[in-house]
Amino acid sequence: MAITMAQALNTALRDAMADDESVVVFGEDVGPLGGVFRVTDGIARDLGDDRCFDTPLAESGIVGFALGMAMNGFRPVVEIQFDAFAYPAWEQLVSHVSRMRNRSRGAVGVPLVVRIPYGGGIGGVEHHSDSSEAYYVHTPGLKVVIPATVPDAYSLLREAIADPDPVIVMEPKKLYWSKADVALPVRTAGFGNAEVRRPGDDVTVLAYGAAVPVALEAAEVASDRGRELEVLDVRTLVPFDDQTVAESVGKTGRCVVVHEAAGFAGVGAEMVARVQERCFHSLHAPVLRVTGFDIPYPPPILERFHLPNADRVLAAIDRLQWDDQPDPRWLTEVPA
Amino acid sequence: MTTSAELPAAEVVGSAAARLLPADTPIRFLDHDGRLVPDAGHGRYAMPRTELLTEAYRRMVLGRRFDAQATALTKQGRLAVYPSSRGQEACQIGGVLALRDTDWMFPTYRESMALVARGIDPVQALTLLRGDWHCGYDPHLTHTAPQCTPLGTHLPHAAGLAYAARRRGEDTVALAFVGDGGTSEGDFHEGLNFAAVFRAPVVFLVQNNRYAISVPLVKQTAAPSLAHKGIGYGVPSEQVDGNDTVAVLAVLCAAVERARNGHGPFLVEAHTYRIEPHTNADDASRYRDAAEVAAWQRRDPVARLESFLLATGALTDEDVGAAREHAEAYASQLRDRLLHDPEVDTGQLFEHVFAEPTPQLREQRRWLEEELRGES
Repeated sequence: MAITMAQALNTALRDAMADDESVVVFGEDVGPLGGVFRVTDGIARDLGDDRCFDTPLAESGIVGFALGMAMNGFRPVVEIQFDAFAYPAWEQLVSHVSRMRNRSRGAVGVPLVVRIPYGGGIGGVEHHSDSSEAYYVHTPGLKVVIPATVPDAYSLLREAIADPDPVIVMEPKKLYWSKADVALPVRTAGFGNAEVRRPGDDVTVLAYGAAVPVALEAAEVASDRGRELEVLDVRTLVPFDDQTVAESVGKTGRCVVVHEAAGFAGVGAEMVARVQERCFHSLHAPVLRVTGFDIPYPPPILERFHLPNADRVLAAIDRLQWDDQPDPRWLTEVPA
Repeated sequence: MTTSAELPAAEVVGSAAARLLPADTPIRFLDHDGRLVPDAGHGRYAMPRTELLTEAYRRMVLGRRFDAQATALTKQGRLAVYPSSRGQEACQIGGVLALRDTDWMFPTYRESMALVARGIDPVQALTLLRGDWHCGYDPHLTHTAPQCTPLGTHLPHAAGLAYAARRRGEDTVALAFVGDGGTSEGDFHEGLNFAAVFRAPVVFLVQNNRYAISVPLVKQTAAPSLAHKGIGYGVPSEQVDGNDTVAVLAVLCAAVERARNGHGPFLVEAHTYRIEPHTNADDASRYRDAAEVAAWQRRDPVARLESFLLATGALTDEDVGAAREHAEAYASQLRDRLLHDPEVDTGQLFEHVFAEPTPQLREQRRWLEEELRGES
């Protein structure tokens, strides 16, 4: 039977809680309401309102309180309602959650999961569509994973809850209602492994979250035009799978990175740097990025102009120096 | 399902709220010369046991000597920086003695004295300030969180940890230190609110030492007292003369027992004074008068307790001499142990970022090792 990504996440929470008494779920509206995206639907009713409970509306408090519980034998899984509402918890994440193990020379681990529904494409008004992954990825001590498929949503969340370290699970809102036929429980590749979603010999496309279906759509069209894209779902930004990426680019010699977040100093910039460091001698063209613009996330009626789409990915593919001639656009143009 | 349809009558709210308020004036037992005041404890708090007071005295003498030694070591370049708590001995030691060993303490960077009073090895206690790591003691073994440098951010941790213990049926209490400046932070609000809503057994001890580095209390708050902040969260509170060890212990022990018995968090404001500058790097003459410091030195917590205990016969001159001798030996040993540079292990930089280093961290560790071997 086909289930949605939201249902897979719900089952992952239930299964983790059934397996381990120390797993507790809390946040804003996660109790009787089941979360604004219904990811915790029915959990308080079925597993007890002491295992899944509402908290005061205060994200720093939620994450700081969870850290205290994690220091004392619990495995809290907290929900932040929307990407941009995580910012009040920023100091807790950066100054404490990410550093506690290091600060205590390994004595105090923080088995804590922070679930953050993120990204656009759902018509959200301001503060409901941010792609904030770069902030977390840039913070040493945090693991950051992003499912793009229904089985990965289940498996990555289970692995995050079992992990001895803090994990930020970024859930692409746009894919919450995507469906797949999958029997749960399911285990997919572990942290640190990218997955080839579509093999190809001509170009490696690196994507994660809601950008994966965009890349796959572009690959379908490109194939009709005679170019085979290898679509890699990065899945876990930290730890990052350099090996699979380098093997793919070593084979194709061309690479495009796709994500929704602003391009400047985004995760794509890191991936481009890592690709050229490892694959310079295999590359036939500059590694290009297809990302959101460097603008605050647009209002809902304008978001389609901002979000990467298959056409933009295909346009980038076209610029990969197929005739071995440099694309003048990328050589000398410096904005005045 | 709960309903919010019925509002409680105003007079019920009023009488319940009044019980949350602190006394109009700080709780006191001793005057500035260490004599028992007529309305000791405002008639609401019991005199602590004599053995607790004599133990407090010994640890305060030790703490003050330790603090002076740490300041001296900083001037000699042996510590990177040192925030002294001289003048705050009653709070530092009172906070420790109100707890059992199994209770948790949440210190800030100014609580080095409380750390050693808890029995933590002084070299381990000074690791953060010596600079060879961020925390030198094992928080689980000592039931003491790493010293918190960002202000107030440890208060939600204390609430979460204490709530976790209570869920398991343990009677553990957490005591969190915070300063007057820290009460302005958002996490002070969130920590108290979470502790109250979840009835977490936490005692919040505000050491109001009158300055947040250079900013005086009057610029920090318009509240009648910092203890008055508790009522907004439904947290009962008290204010106490923070240089009166008897009063500090009386109030803290009551607050800790109350929390231990399942009645939730408590807020204590201790009025005290930071005799030294913020740290060795600070110049306090730019923002306060020497006369003000001198006035507070006349309320010295160690001298007050010593006078009181000598007068009651709980201490003898020999006891006082022995406490000072012990403190001297302790300081001398600390000096010797900190004379040499600490040994550092660069591998540790990479080892504790995660439980298992990522391939990237292993690679970076290798680069540094090659560089150190001169192979790069």
